[in-house]
Amino acid sequence: MCGAPVQGLSLEGIDVGKESIIQGTVSKAGSAVGGAYVRLLDGTGEFTAEVVTSATGAFRFFAAPGDWTLRTLAPGTSVDTAVTAVQGDVVETSVEVPA
Amino acid sequence: MSRADVLVDADWAEAHLDDPKIVFVEVDEDVSAYDGGHIKGAVRLDWTKELQQPAVRDVIDRDDFSKLLSAKGIGNDDTVVLYGGNNNWFAAYAYWYFKLYGHQDVKLLDGGRKKWELDGRELVKDDAGRAATNYVAKDQDLSIRAYRDEVIASIGSKNLVDVRSPDEFSGKIKAPAHLPQEQSQKAGHVPTAINIPWSKAAADDGTFRSDEELAKLYGQEGFDDSKSTIAYCRIGERSSHTWFVLAELLGKNDVKNYDGSWVEYGSLIGAPVVKDV
Repeated sequence: MCGAPVQGLSLEGIDVGKESIIQGTVSKAGSAVGGAYVRLLDGTGEFTAEVVTSATGAFRFFAAPGDWTLRTLAPGTSVDTAVTAVQGDVVETSVEVPA
Repeated sequence: MSRADVLVDADWAEAHLDDPKIVFVEVDEDVSAYDGGHIKGAVRLDWTKELQQPAVRDVIDRDDFSKLLSAKGIGNDDTVVLYGGNNNWFAAYAYWYFKLYGHQDVKLLDGGRKKWELDGRELVKDDAGRAATNYVAKDQDLSIRAYRDEVIASIGSKNLVDVRSPDEFSGKIKAPAHLPQEQSQKAGHVPTAINIPWSKAAADDGTFRSDEELAKLYGQEGFDDSKSTIAYCRIGERSSHTWFVLAELLGKNDVKNYDGSWVEYGSLIGAPVVKDV
């Protein structure tokens, strides 16, 4: 476990082995999108959490093992991305919103 | 009480930005969001430093609430319009808080900060610059606040509405998924509670669903109109969102927010808990 390289946001002080982390960045035409809203939906499509991306487009969720959907809202658009979380792992996801 | 009395939309807000008797108040989970830009003229309430007692987990007392609002330049006869990020969770909590201390005219901005941003509306960094007032809070209105003993006594009799996500309700996770999961309390929910996540009451852009959709939602999920109701979540903010829907938008009778919520309940020795997973 803990095999994934740590990228993006700092994981300092977080016991990664106990968490099932989904994180990544939102970009548009290759540039980071800050202030986008990323919603985490569970396997039934039910809302679980939402975060706002940082200035560098970064987001992170502490999920549970299993299948999730990321729904990314930016002005005028909404993009769904399927991800699978694994305990002790950091799943890195890149979300591209239409230009 | 109807929707128009307690909820304003972004167009209304924009048209009233310069009205001196309307005070916009930002309350965000991320208390630094205000510094990056806020609605023109808005003052900030910091829930971590200003709405909690520093040493005890409780709301601040009546005198301190009076001092706080006086310092922010909010008068007893002002219309307070609350908004915030995270689909208005903390703004709804502040709404409940203002009602707890008897403020007459409080409203929520529908969609809060998210809709405002997604609409591309103006945010400014200027200080609100409101002159101090002499605010006088009323005694707490305990008809809208539930304590732990009342929650336990209500098992099997009142509507206990657990508004957390299904995975928090079942005990699969202990906190919303944008927060670390390691917590001291037990996982699960209060026996006989029904799980109606707060998020079902809101659209993706954070606005509340229509009264018809909301009435249908709670009816479908087993909400019993003939019973009194207590809403809870993890720390009392998301349940304020549902308290607002039930008490203020739908006008249900005798609805209380349990602000102690799961962080308190899940730590009580001997309190009954159901864990599904």
